[in-house]
Amino acid sequence: MLIPGNSRKHLLLSLGLVALVILPPVSSAFGESYLISLFSRILIYALVAVSLDLILGYGGMVSLGHAAFFGVGAYVVGILAFHSYEGDPLLTWPFLVEGTESGLMAIPLAMLISAFFALVIGFFSLRTSGMHFIMITLAFAQMIYYFCVSLETYGGDDGLSLYARNQLPGLDLSNDGHFYYLCLGILVLYLFVSNRLVNSRFGRVIQGTRENERRMQALGYATFRYKLICFTIAGAGAGLAGALIANQTEFVSPGLMHWTRSGEILVMVLLGGMGTLFGPVLGAMVLLLLEEILASYTEHWMVLLGPFLVIMVLFAKRGLYGLLAGQRH
Amino acid sequence: MIEPLLQVVGLNLSFGAIQASRHLSFDVRPGEIHGLIGPNGAGKTTAINQLTGELHPDSGQVIFDGIDITRFPVHKRALMGLARSFQITAVFDHLTVTQNIALAVQAHKGHSYRFWSNADKDAQLIEPTLEALRMVGLEARAPEFASSLSHGEKRQLEVGMALAGKPKLLLLDEPMAGMGPGGTVELSHLIRDMKGQISILLVEHDMDVVFSLADRVTVLVYGEAIATGTPAEIRTNPLVREAYLGESL
Repeated sequence: MLIPGNSRKHLLLSLGLVALVILPPVSSAFGESYLISLFSRILIYALVAVSLDLILGYGGMVSLGHAAFFGVGAYVVGILAFHSYEGDPLLTWPFLVEGTESGLMAIPLAMLISAFFALVIGFFSLRTSGMHFIMITLAFAQMIYYFCVSLETYGGDDGLSLYARNQLPGLDLSNDGHFYYLCLGILVLYLFVSNRLVNSRFGRVIQGTRENERRMQALGYATFRYKLICFTIAGAGAGLAGALIANQTEFVSPGLMHWTRSGEILVMVLLGGMGTLFGPVLGAMVLLLLEEILASYTEHWMVLLGPFLVIMVLFAKRGLYGLLAGQRH
Repeated sequence: MIEPLLQVVGLNLSFGAIQASRHLSFDVRPGEIHGLIGPNGAGKTTAINQLTGELHPDSGQVIFDGIDITRFPVHKRALMGLARSFQITAVFDHLTVTQNIALAVQAHKGHSYRFWSNADKDAQLIEPTLEALRMVGLEARAPEFASSLSHGEKRQLEVGMALAGKPKLLLLDEPMAGMGPGGTVELSHLIRDMKGQISILLVEHDMDVVFSLADRVTVLVYGEAIATGTPAEIRTNPLVREAYLGESL
């Protein structure tokens, strides 16, 4: 190791950020502008993976239902846009709720509603742990999945197409470049906020609970509440990513919240490195790029991806980020 | 007569056919070191777990500081000033020694729904953390990860975390378990130093340690307190001699 851990980490992060910032003009210059939309997708999945890392890596809560909050966020944007386009209100009673295509309305609302779903699901799921927790989060997520399949008005199984992306002041989201920078800005902000969070008093309690919940209770912490708040914060993060993916693809469908999607997000976190925040970004990037590259050679790309994942899990316990950044944290 | 700090009144707890606590009664006075001894399987840990709230008795009462806490959850009892150390070392390996103690202090210093400021730079935590580090003699190891400590040092840290919240009553569950003779002496000094400042309920296998430190001793046999008294009284008690048949007291 020529460069000591900490500066190696900083170097890695700076290089990564610079590369992401210059990606749109460079890819346009080389006539490969499809990369902009591919990387927007990557940034959005990175966001949802980072939010899962908060509960999985820091809180030790192995949730196999995280895509549910991702999907809920996407549906909030989709349904609001649908009603705005159709011109009929979403609700007339007990109060009037109109559809909207304003990002300033739709995106925070997506976060709020996803957070609410996480609060309710967490309230029941967090009474269990280990295998039971995995199963119950999966069951809740599948319930929401089938609920969305049954929404005939919003396309049911086929999903719902958006007429256009949301509007935000000062940005033209229909421009892929603008949209890319929005995703990048949000991801950087989310990483910054999460980094503060995990080093705060709250973050300490969450990490202590992951290591030894019984000990934390004996110290005087009502661990359930802390876990529930963490779960809710992560749900809001997933909702934010969901709102972005709905805008990116201009399409929402129940597939977004299928349990296999939760598994995919889980793999991104494991691949990149649990409990590292930046690792999941790397994990999302590598997984989606591999998928993209391998799928162009064979439709059975999973056959090639599988062994790679097995090797990573066996030999790089702290994930790709652990390999690159060296020391812990 | 001084009001006891902890009163245990007629605890009964059964696991199926096994009665782990039967009519268990004793009390701990303010400032005293109270030893709890008994042969293997006497129900010492079961008794401790009912005091901390990890187990709830089928019947009976636990009164702490004048309040009936029989049905209180674990964390609430801890915040009231009832701290414990664990028989099996339970420190946070991925945190430094300082951070371990600070996490214990944090539970008692304001709330922990703080999401933004760095916990390492929290002025409220620094001074009490240093104090607890000094008490257990771990200042020199402060910046190390807890995982790098020796077994004895982990035991010291364990006690330091229990002390950090300035408890009224400290439950020490076999603090000497697995320690070499040197460590036992050091920890005995520490416990003696705390005498009079806080009350201690000392559950310990090593009877020499208990008899040298405790003001009073309660002997547990088959979940029942068969005798309570000064170490001298306990040594000569015929019931106790029978329970520890063959062992020299």
